[in-house]
Amino acid sequence: MTVVVDISHRLGDFEVDARFESAGRLTALFGPSGSGKTTLINMIAGLIRPDKGRVEADGRVLVDTDAGLFVPKHKRRIGMVFQDARLFPHMSVASNLRYGRWFTPTAERYADINAVVDLLGIGPLLDRRPAKLSGGEKQRVAIGRALLASPRLLLMDEPLASLDEARKAEILPYIERLRDETKIPIVYVSHSITEVARLASDVVVVAQGKVAACGPTGAIMQRLDLLPAEERGEGGAVLDTAVLRHDEVFGMTVLGSAAGEIRVPLLATPVGAPVRIRIRARDVMIATEQPTGLSALNILPGTIVAIAPGEGPTVEIGIDCNGATVLARITEQSRQTLKLRLGRKVYAVIKTVSFDRANTSIGLPVEADG
Amino acid sequence: MNWLLDLTPDEWNAVRLSVKVATVAMIASLPPGILIALVLARGQFWGKTLLNGLVHLPLILPPVVIGYLLLLSFGRRGPAGAFLAEHFGIVFSFRWTGAALACAVMGFPLMVRAIRLSIEAVDRRIEAAAGTLGANPLWVFGTITLPLILPGLIAGAILSFAKAMGEFGATITFVSNIPNETQTLPSAIYTFTQVPGGDAGALRLTLISFVISMGALVASEVLARRVGKRMDIE
Repeated sequence: MTVVVDISHRLGDFEVDARFESAGRLTALFGPSGSGKTTLINMIAGLIRPDKGRVEADGRVLVDTDAGLFVPKHKRRIGMVFQDARLFPHMSVASNLRYGRWFTPTAERYADINAVVDLLGIGPLLDRRPAKLSGGEKQRVAIGRALLASPRLLLMDEPLASLDEARKAEILPYIERLRDETKIPIVYVSHSITEVARLASDVVVVAQGKVAACGPTGAIMQRLDLLPAEERGEGGAVLDTAVLRHDEVFGMTVLGSAAGEIRVPLLATPVGAPVRIRIRARDVMIATEQPTGLSALNILPGTIVAIAPGEGPTVEIGIDCNGATVLARITEQSRQTLKLRLGRKVYAVIKTVSFDRANTSIGLPVEADG
Repeated sequence: MNWLLDLTPDEWNAVRLSVKVATVAMIASLPPGILIALVLARGQFWGKTLLNGLVHLPLILPPVVIGYLLLLSFGRRGPAGAFLAEHFGIVFSFRWTGAALACAVMGFPLMVRAIRLSIEAVDRRIEAAAGTLGANPLWVFGTITLPLILPGLIAGAILSFAKAMGEFGATITFVSNIPNETQTLPSAIYTFTQVPGGDAGALRLTLISFVISMGALVASEVLARRVGKRMDIE
């Protein structure tokens, strides 16, 4: 399944001119508010007709302005989950869920209502009206409604943006299950680095209506220069690891990664299961010698491979730890004092407590990373 | 109290005729009412202001003028009247159907206004969501838009009915005041007031028209509330 977008479009003074291609299981369109992400996803859904260009999904041409082709939204079989749920207020949850089924040809109905209801945990809500649901429940029903139309591709437009942190935490695991347990490719719009680092297999960075970068999540997340200013503090390396063992005595889980063992607060994930962690650049310290008498548990040896100026007094240092790159943000003063330069052997130091629920998540199954 | 219910056959006929005329006028104007309201609420075209003004004419012109215009166009010799009589056998002039047409035209702006307001209140993004689920525009209208504007439809229909129950000027100008054919309640009351000793009859019919109109209004309130509750819109 490949999504190809190559369009240019004018909205008043704003110009969107974007080109990207992704075959990922969950492709994130990532960028600050007003960068044109939603415009792009609306063009894939057929809600906006681009001035010029092409949109393809799964080898099927949906828009080709040169050929005068525009497949209307109801014939695309592309599911969409909106930021504001948009449930039908005059129907029960069950009727909302069944709505798309009517319009799906029998032969192409692959979604099973019971399986979807179980997946999203919305069984107890079926008889209720949308007005009686919480924000998180509404969003889960909206996801179920889109899935039950048996779409070829699922689009999610900032599905968590209007929810508070508790509701976000409630829904994120369902989206992870959706990504791992169904075969539907997902295109996910978000301005939150936390969501993108946690969910995406591939990232398309959108800035001012243009595609700034496009590639696998791990590679994109290391480029702090791509992140919007307000999210830069959240930026850092994304590592795909696996659970080696649990240390019940101290309440920790040991993860195996290319960079070495990493200790994080105890996870419920079984041994051997994939876990994705995000190491924020601001949480990483650099030592020039193997530190002793230090409380931090994670000390990863590596080599400096990149030095880039950061914001204000900071510099961003890329450290290659046996093939996995870890990013550190330190002050220019520290860099000069420690005489850090390319090729120097150093130790990246990360406190176990800097890993919280927002930056440890269920990893993508191994085959998805290829 | 007996004198109140003791109606003469002619008076009964006026009551029956009024209800029939108002019901037919209401039902017949619903489809074009929805269509025009939809066009005015959503359409963007040259001449929209003109169409809007045209729809509102019966509200601002004297009813006599509307009746006279109907007579000119839908009378036996009028262009529309002659055409309909020739090809479909539908005759309006001096028939109860003409009274229904006059009432429908007079109530039309009220109906269109109510429906238009409810269409404008519909969140189009919800319709777009239905589109992404595979519903074509016709299905979206039938399954999403129509149920959501139901309270507005009921309000518009009742307004049209109530207006028809009270319509006098256009009706009497277009189809005159013929007992058993075009003599609706207002015309009958008018006739009573023109003859000596007709006060009791006029009062009786006045009370009856009051009861019917209030009944329609209460029924619409109850219906609208039930629909609103069923939909549970925030």
